[in-house]
Amino acid sequence: MLSRVMNVQYESQKLAINYFQVALILFGAQLLFGLTTAIQYLYPQFLFGIIDFSVGRMVHLNAMIVWLLYAMIGSVYWLLPDETGIETVGIKIGRLLFYILTLAVTIVVVVYLVVQVGPGNAMSRWLIHEGREYIEAPRWADIGIVVVVLGFLGNVFATAFKGKRTGIVTVLMIDLLALAGLYLAGMFYTKNVSVDQFWWWWVIHLWVEATWEVYVAAVIGYGLIKTIGANRKIIEMWIWIEVAMLFGSGILGIGHHYFWIGTPEYWLEIGALFSALEPVPLLGMFVHVIYDWGKQAGKRTPMTNTPAFSWFVVTTFGNFLGAGVWGFMHTLPQINLYTHGTQWTAAHGHLAFYGAYVAALIGMMYIGLQGKYGLKEMRMTASAKWGITLLTGGVLGMTMALTIAGYVQTFIERGQWGATWQGYFVGQNSPWMIQAYGWRLAMGVVTILGFVFLMKDMMTIARTAQRENLKTESTATATA
Amino acid sequence: MEEQKISVWGSVRFWRNTAVWVTGFAVLLLIWLSLDTIPQISAGTIEDLENGVTKRVPSAAVINYEIGYELDNKRKTEIPIIGGKQMFFGRNDYSEEEATELVSHGKMTVQSKNCMNCHTLLGNGAYYAPDLTKSWLDPAWSETGPYRPMTGKATTEEAMAEFLQHPNKYPTHARMMPDLGITPDEAIAVVAFLKHMSSIDTNGFPRNFNKIKGAVNAK
Repeated sequence: MLSRVMNVQYESQKLAINYFQVALILFGAQLLFGLTTAIQYLYPQFLFGIIDFSVGRMVHLNAMIVWLLYAMIGSVYWLLPDETGIETVGIKIGRLLFYILTLAVTIVVVVYLVVQVGPGNAMSRWLIHEGREYIEAPRWADIGIVVVVLGFLGNVFATAFKGKRTGIVTVLMIDLLALAGLYLAGMFYTKNVSVDQFWWWWVIHLWVEATWEVYVAAVIGYGLIKTIGANRKIIEMWIWIEVAMLFGSGILGIGHHYFWIGTPEYWLEIGALFSALEPVPLLGMFVHVIYDWGKQAGKRTPMTNTPAFSWFVVTTFGNFLGAGVWGFMHTLPQINLYTHGTQWTAAHGHLAFYGAYVAALIGMMYIGLQGKYGLKEMRMTASAKWGITLLTGGVLGMTMALTIAGYVQTFIERGQWGATWQGYFVGQNSPWMIQAYGWRLAMGVVTILGFVFLMKDMMTIARTAQRENLKTESTATATA
Repeated sequence: MEEQKISVWGSVRFWRNTAVWVTGFAVLLLIWLSLDTIPQISAGTIEDLENGVTKRVPSAAVINYEIGYELDNKRKTEIPIIGGKQMFFGRNDYSEEEATELVSHGKMTVQSKNCMNCHTLLGNGAYYAPDLTKSWLDPAWSETGPYRPMTGKATTEEAMAEFLQHPNKYPTHARMMPDLGITPDEAIAVVAFLKHMSSIDTNGFPRNFNKIKGAVNAK
């Protein structure tokens, strides 16, 4: 008989599974609204007046940010007992906070979709949305998020102090504290749009180009130990090197957002220098994972979770290409003066978020899945292969299409037409632009297909693995 | 963690200390630069405008003045130029408080209506609709541009306010702006916000603005 019961010893890991489940639902929502907005680029009448582009895009972005946060919290609840050797302290509060957060997220999304916009006053900001890209959540939800995150941090810190505090946990503690603290920088209204965007980037940039990257470095470290038995001492040393490189380049790399928002000219040099260094740690992560893989293959130690490890490999490629190379391509002010605010950013954003965060966290979900059913070994299934191939191929395809769109927009609208409204529309009407939007839509559909395979796999892979493990066992008994 | 002394390059402690020092240095530098930047991007005063003192972000009372965007010979980039007095919705005597409140109301409306998830502000936002950074100066909204005559209004501000309230009446492109229920007061405030935004010194972004038809001159 195939067991359907959870084989998880720790409450913390059961909670992690719940976080992963909600994350996957929101991932689906992200893709759905990505699809509606991609269609609107080609057929603007589609859902016009029902789910306008602005609404669809807000859900597309917010669903992504929130599902990544869910998966991040889930991953921590998963690895915490493994690392510290004890049950997470305050796990009951953790579970309560999970329900509160999920309820709040549901209300926020429903309000986004149903109310959509409000009058130009403070009430809209408190109850509907804040109208600031990426951190649109209304203020009441901001406060709720802070409370939930404080509870989560409390659990992590209490557990780490009570149990064994490994290097991975230490890095996560410091990083999560910074991550949570930074959110406060986005929680006030200012009358001055330059000051507004100055602090807004403290949240967005210092999340995705600093604290989230360090988080991923630490989690991949755990993942490598779990999946290919990498040497903990080397991993932990390497994480500290990554922290130095990521924070060393990423924190002041914020300067590349301060080129054109009214901030002083010295940011041009600071932003250029430090953001040009940002790809270095990503290259380092890539080299490290591939090196460990080679070492593992040479030693013939068994890989216990091939889907998870494959996703970690996608992360290192995707992070280096999407965040590193695609970021660098338009980060220097000499280029950014023309590419800022064009589809270039969209091209970079798609591959970077996928490469750096989506892939890493799906890898963690596979580790969770393996643990949930207590499987010694979990191998790639056909669906897992289709999932990883179509998702990665789809996102790469969208990135290529958007890169071409970015080139066309930059040359026509910015170079030729001097960035006027007329120039904008001439650029948008260019057949090359329309063609690129067409390919983006097609590749978006491929991405969604990949998601369908991924979901199917997540629901069935454990059973397949159990069946195969049983088969191997019975063959082994028969031969004996 | 205790380890054999092989080399400092293989020591966890060495790399942990490096990480702490590098991060600490980066954080301190960021804080120091932020302390320098914030005063520089805080809004100027109405007196600055009257005395011709240049600010990166002028007082909201800049809506009383004509604004241009010209190539600066020293910096070799385009910078906003504050010209002489100019009527804005029939007035050019907005007080500092009045103008600040108006521009703030505009900003709040821009946030509430989610403008940033189609347009870009200072180049940040979505790429589904034109950048609004210098929209106040855009030739499309000038006397000769297609939009002002389309609305039948005499001034840029009135044309913009009319469009904002009834975007469905004025299809500018297949990608139309949805009707967001913007009230007359909100529309005026949004236009004030846009006019003020065009006066921010953005280090020459967007470059070459309106080069095809010549610079937008304030004087």
